[in-house]
Amino acid sequence: MTTQMTKAPILSVENISKSYPGRRGTRIPVINDVSLELAPGEFISVIGPSGSGKSTLFQMLAGILRPDSGSVAFHGDDRKEPFSAYMPQKDLLMPWLTAEDNAALGLTLGGMSKRDARAKVGELLSTFRLDGYAKAYPFELSGGMRQRVALLRTMVIERPVLLLDEPFGALDYLTRTELQLWLSNICAELGLATILITHDVPEALLLSDRVYVLSDKPADVRMVLELPEPRPRTLDYMETETFTHNEKLLLEVLTESGRGAH
Amino acid sequence: MTGGVIGGSSVVRARAAGGKNRERFRRSASDSLLFRFLSPLFVAVAAIALWHFTVVIGQMPPTVLPTPMRVLEAATQNSDALWANTGPTVFVALVGLAASVLVSIILSTAMAFIPVLRTATLPVLIAAQSIPVIVLAPLFVIWFGFGLGPKILLIVIAGTLPMTIALLQGFLSADPDAMVLMRSLGANRIKVFLRLQVPSSLPFLFTGLRVVASFAVLAAVFAETVGAQSGLGIYMMTQKNMLRTDLVLAAAVVTVLLGLALFAMTYVLETIAMPWERRRKAMRSE
Repeated sequence: MTTQMTKAPILSVENISKSYPGRRGTRIPVINDVSLELAPGEFISVIGPSGSGKSTLFQMLAGILRPDSGSVAFHGDDRKEPFSAYMPQKDLLMPWLTAEDNAALGLTLGGMSKRDARAKVGELLSTFRLDGYAKAYPFELSGGMRQRVALLRTMVIERPVLLLDEPFGALDYLTRTELQLWLSNICAELGLATILITHDVPEALLLSDRVYVLSDKPADVRMVLELPEPRPRTLDYMETETFTHNEKLLLEVLTESGRGAH
Repeated sequence: MTGGVIGGSSVVRARAAGGKNRERFRRSASDSLLFRFLSPLFVAVAAIALWHFTVVIGQMPPTVLPTPMRVLEAATQNSDALWANTGPTVFVALVGLAASVLVSIILSTAMAFIPVLRTATLPVLIAAQSIPVIVLAPLFVIWFGFGLGPKILLIVIAGTLPMTIALLQGFLSADPDAMVLMRSLGANRIKVFLRLQVPSSLPFLFTGLRVVASFAVLAAVFAETVGAQSGLGIYMMTQKNMLRTDLVLAAAVVTVLLGLALFAMTYVLETIAMPWERRRKAMRSE
């Protein structure tokens, strides 16, 4: 369970805590002393029970919220601020934009011309298995395709750290598994530093180099699990003893923390 | 025995199939474009027939209620005068409509950006709306004269509020999560407004436009009845005073047609402004 950092981290989160104002001036702690590290090209997952403050943690990583104490430090090129690109759970595609224009949204908002942005998105369409759908409107796409457009929108802006908040939570089981395998390939292929927030244990095990297990609210890091097996992994990995052992282990820790609340 | 069973079940099957066919027919008949155009047309023809027979059976003098045919004849005989008076009414209605849209866009945009302005001006606008047009129209003639300007102003005053509220509602209907996403993608407040809130408001804009459009022709005609150099309103008043009920009704029919045309125009504009909605509707009717 010891972290063996081969490369210097690109992002280090040290002892961050966050609380929200409660009734009569009290504070409700949500995140309690959480630390994590991400190296370039690494894929880490943060897993926790529902309502464990995962989204709060995520918003702090995305720079939308500021932690009460502790720090979120980015060690890469300072000129690349904001360093993270985030993909929320909802696809949030604009119904009035075609698939390519939705995917190009971050580029055009950043000041790129529509033509250049479309060209850049166009190069990636086949990687995201969206060939032939550039001019389709969101309502003409399937759930999995919409999610891939949202992912393309997040990745095409090329920020150093990719943040995914339960990106496949709203999809059916088969589509979700398909997209997980595909994402695993893409992230390994492009060497993306990625943080995935999820409550899906197999998803975390299949995709990650390291899994951070959060406790129930207020969330602290209950366990850090290293997964040294090479990525990208295939479905065969789900048959291995390591996988089933880890799955059982994680479920035990997660349900135990769930019971702890009562 | 077995034959009986087979026979019985096939009867049931046939009946079930017949029921399904009938259902399918009913659905396709009520959905088809032809039906959607024909059914209101049928109602209109029935109403005209009812009008005609009421006059014939009741033996009404034409000064009280002329037959539809007589109205049509009067309209063709006086088509020059009708046309001459339609022009100013159309002009007032269209310019008034365009001006109220313009004013609403300015007001609602300011209100979307400045919440204080929203709370401060909305009650005043609602109060302005409660002043009846019936009171304002004659006053405007006293204050500003018989020209087209005061009539346009009247439509703007009455039309701006529903448009402003519709637009403001549209701007505020944008998904807050999408706003956070846009900000995280590097958009400033103005870009969030232009790229998210404005497109989100389009359906609201066209709903508001339809409300104001149906009302614009009516307000224009009413303003003219109080006092005007020309227009369908003053034409109706003049013909009424000369007991030309047929020409009053002819002018009324023109007013109705104008209202319908303006209403149809909002749909054309909507289709142009929202191509994705056009494709969505096409997909749904397939």
